[in-house]
Amino acid sequence: MSDKLAPPKKKNPQLRQRVPTLPPQMRSRAALGLTAAAARGVFSLQHCEECGAVKYPPRDACCSCLSVSLDWRETDRTGVVISETRIHVSPDPYYRERLPWRSGLVRLSAGPTVLCHLHGDVGRGDTVRMDLKLDKAGQGVMIALPEKRSPDMEDDEQLRSLTAHPKHRRVLITDIRAPETRALIDGLLAAGASQIFVGESESWRRGSDHAAIAALDRVSVLPLDVSDPSSVKKLAAEIGGKTDILINTARHVRPGGVLGADTVFAREELEINALGLMRLAQAFGPGMASRTADGVNSAVAFVNILSVHALSADPQYGAFSASQAAALSISQTLRAEFRTSGLRMINVFTGPTDDEWHQPLPPPKVPPKALAKSVVEGLCEGLEDVFCGDVAKDLEERWRRDPKVLERELAGGGA
Amino acid sequence: MSNPLGDLAAALGDGSVEVVDLTHTLDPDFPVIVLPPEFGQCARFRMEEVSAYDGRGPAWKWHNISMNEHTGTHFDAPIHWVSGRDVANGAVDEIDPSVFVGPVVVIDCSAGAASNDDFELTPEIIDAWEAEHGQIPAGAWVLMRTDWSKRRGADYLNMADDGPHSPGPTPAAIELLLARDIRGFGTETVGTDAGQGAHYMPPYPAHYLLHGAGKFGLQCLSNLDRLPPTGAMLIAPPLKIKGGTGSPLRVLALVPGGRS
Amino acid sequence: MKRQNYDGVVLTAPVSVPYVRYSQETAHWWIARALKQVLDTAGMAPRELDGFSVSSFTLFPDTPVGLTQHLGLSPRWLDSIPMGGASGVVALRRAARAVQAGDVDVVACIAGDANRIDSFRQLLSSFSRFAMDASYPYGSGGPNASFALIADSYMAEYGVTREDFGRIAVAQRSNALHYPNAIMKSPLTLEQYLAARPISEPFGLFDCVMPCAGAEGFLVMREDEAQRRGLSYARISATIERHNAFPEDPVQLRGGWVMDIDELYEMAGCGPDAIDLVQTYDDYPVISMMQFEDLGFCAKGEGARFVREHDLTIAGDFPHNTSGGQLSAGQAGAAGGYLGLVEAIRQVTGQAGPTQVTDAETALVSGFGMINYDRGLCSSAAILKGAR
Repeated sequence: MSDKLAPPKKKNPQLRQRVPTLPPQMRSRAALGLTAAAARGVFSLQHCEECGAVKYPPRDACCSCLSVSLDWRETDRTGVVISETRIHVSPDPYYRERLPWRSGLVRLSAGPTVLCHLHGDVGRGDTVRMDLKLDKAGQGVMIALPEKRSPDMEDDEQLRSLTAHPKHRRVLITDIRAPETRALIDGLLAAGASQIFVGESESWRRGSDHAAIAALDRVSVLPLDVSDPSSVKKLAAEIGGKTDILINTARHVRPGGVLGADTVFAREELEINALGLMRLAQAFGPGMASRTADGVNSAVAFVNILSVHALSADPQYGAFSASQAAALSISQTLRAEFRTSGLRMINVFTGPTDDEWHQPLPPPKVPPKALAKSVVEGLCEGLEDVFCGDVAKDLEERWRRDPKVLERELAGGGA
Repeated sequence: MSNPLGDLAAALGDGSVEVVDLTHTLDPDFPVIVLPPEFGQCARFRMEEVSAYDGRGPAWKWHNISMNEHTGTHFDAPIHWVSGRDVANGAVDEIDPSVFVGPVVVIDCSAGAASNDDFELTPEIIDAWEAEHGQIPAGAWVLMRTDWSKRRGADYLNMADDGPHSPGPTPAAIELLLARDIRGFGTETVGTDAGQGAHYMPPYPAHYLLHGAGKFGLQCLSNLDRLPPTGAMLIAPPLKIKGGTGSPLRVLALVPGGRS
Repeated sequence: MKRQNYDGVVLTAPVSVPYVRYSQETAHWWIARALKQVLDTAGMAPRELDGFSVSSFTLFPDTPVGLTQHLGLSPRWLDSIPMGGASGVVALRRAARAVQAGDVDVVACIAGDANRIDSFRQLLSSFSRFAMDASYPYGSGGPNASFALIADSYMAEYGVTREDFGRIAVAQRSNALHYPNAIMKSPLTLEQYLAARPISEPFGLFDCVMPCAGAEGFLVMREDEAQRRGLSYARISATIERHNAFPEDPVQLRGGWVMDIDELYEMAGCGPDAIDLVQTYDDYPVISMMQFEDLGFCAKGEGARFVREHDLTIAGDFPHNTSGGQLSAGQAGAAGGYLGLVEAIRQVTGQAGPTQVTDAETALVSGFGMINYDRGLCSSAAILKGAR
């Protein structure tokens, strides 16, 4: 059983804050396949297309038949721990602050022997479920987990360092008016979040769930307008040092293509969806980045909620798709800029949401509860790219297979 | 030899004529009118720092600002409304500037507005005012005082499930004011019309009738409680925007006798 | 096809440059010192040397090519053996065949490495691609955790205890106290071994070598050349070499020697009982125990019992790592792969001095190294005989 994670004590204000360090970051190009799989939460290894053998560590040619046609495919996760050690001495600056650290060798059912992190509940002889997760360096690493869920499993220190779990953490949700915000609050509190800040813009407008949400325990509503730099800076000055997870639910969406569209609407979509993200990142990012090694409630993730059409435009929401593409590109640069701190930039991609702006569209649409669930799961698993709902998953797969074919299909050119 | 401007300068100097600011601060949090979401919206005031005595500009500080023509304390020109689209010289850059300075009368509806969010300015109220202060002169600005400018936050737009609730004139009141050939009509709320003004015939009668007649509007005024019912002068020049339908502006009143 | 023997080729001039824990000097400096000593022993000037084989981890950005100009050599035969602990025997193999074939007259085989305060970390951060991708990200910061995992599996599989490993370390320390160059100068008891602070379980402090700066070397030449120069020499009875043996083994419980050990003894014309002393590659006692099994001294899984039943000291019935091995003498990088070989040459030529095993005639030297991901890839072994 993992020891239940105790809530953090109050910080000693006289001590220097721990400066973030990273585990070893360098990987060969082939090994980045593990990172790509971990980012999406799949367990993939290289399979030789000619002889079928499964290979690890990642490589450029099959060591059974020398074929260079190696393909990343989802693989059976089961294995057995055949060896374990507890490391007490390490010259690595990241690990020596976290000793002792357990690692082991796991013989996978699929064949290879894998050197991996060990969850506290597993040891030599145990059957395990192997997982690929992103470590603080943003690279995919192997961790052997108990075959079945064990109580408080997520509290294991080694596992927690590979996730962005909300337990004991404080979360800022940027827009109270987003349909998924209420379900997000419920989901985060259920996952153990200690405090939730909810941003509200244009409170003079009413029409938000302000009273009901402000009345919830451990939840406070604060002014936040992502289109106003002074508003974003002001809130960051107030709660930036307490923001461990930031979930950006601010979104401006209007239907319409491009030819018949209104650039005034388009500008507002870019203002909120793309520039709003930039402002939030500029105001909250540096503070969060400095606190990624700050104990139990360290800052850990910045979450965007994007339409899956950030990948490939929906011509019926042309300007909106453009704003999502802009936000996606901005998030990629932010991810590079956050790299040295270990702050995770998570994108949750969703298909059309079930709300007033997608009301005439046929199902399937993503209800707010489902979107909220995806966000919380993404945090608990430490994913980087989350696809919520069947439409998003299907679209991403088609995009990866051939973006040009997808573009044509979305433009109505596919049967 | 009469020296009206010299006398004015002296009066401004010794306080016997006071300058009263009727303008709200342009501020990103200041409410704007909210329309149904399918329509284009009135952009709020936004400011973005360009530099602040720093690497972006070492010896100076300045901002880029953006807003709608009808953000904050603002002026409505005739072409703002469909009924005024063909009015000659109906854009802010075309209006004869001599009309930007002129007499102003204030009709106090503050008691009524205090107990009724949808308080109406009616011909009866205008008649009662004229009985006390004399006929409203031609060419005067008429301002409806409600003390609404003292409201903060959500109480200002006062939105409910059926839309906003704030005081304003009935169609008949506007028609009476037009019969007096006023210069324009001003309020402390976000529009010259009542919050529920859509339900009149014509809808939004202040906008429809005033602008159709080539008259002007002023909105989001404040400090009307510092003006006398008659006798003050209003200074309200909008920005000279090419083809503009209105603009945020500084509205000042010259008030005799230090009334405040 | 029967392997050709090593007739006519001999090993001379065994040299150990005393190790230091930390040194500001470069690998070039340490290699130069060893080279000078082997050449002085043979009465040769550097310009006369026509063969040079180098093993080093810390020559970067140079390779042995740079060393030729740096040290003023003009060889007609140049080799670089990047095989860590297997380097000594492999360098010997390459040089011996070249001398036999007449491609070169005298080869200086040298291993040397620097150990500046931060050179341990630099060594590891670019050790191998698989280590970078699949080993260092997991916290080890070095080989200790990887070999600890091997040891953990080995202990579970064969019922080996820490005491069993401790016996090897204790015996080697006892030997080291006779070796003037040994870094470790104080005795070690089994209790101290067991109580030492943990490094990576099951390893404690005395399971691990101390990284040092230093160098080792020897010369390979024709037998008549050695006689002409009046040098005592050792003959080469047999050698083997293997890389990436048993890739299907889930964890490394046996080394490459298993594949080729029969060939070693066949080539030498003798069996394990003819061996007077054994120098194993001792990066960790568990690997030495594995070598006892894989080199044919006992069956697989019997290593612990073998150690319990034998005396591994210089005066014992199974002299092992007579100068203390790396565990007690220190590991000077690639020179760790030469340590046992150089000591073995001294032993069979009667030059070992305080560590001399009485009547030592036949020595087996074993090399092992290069943990690429989860196992050591290189293995080598040689049987040397004194020329009496």
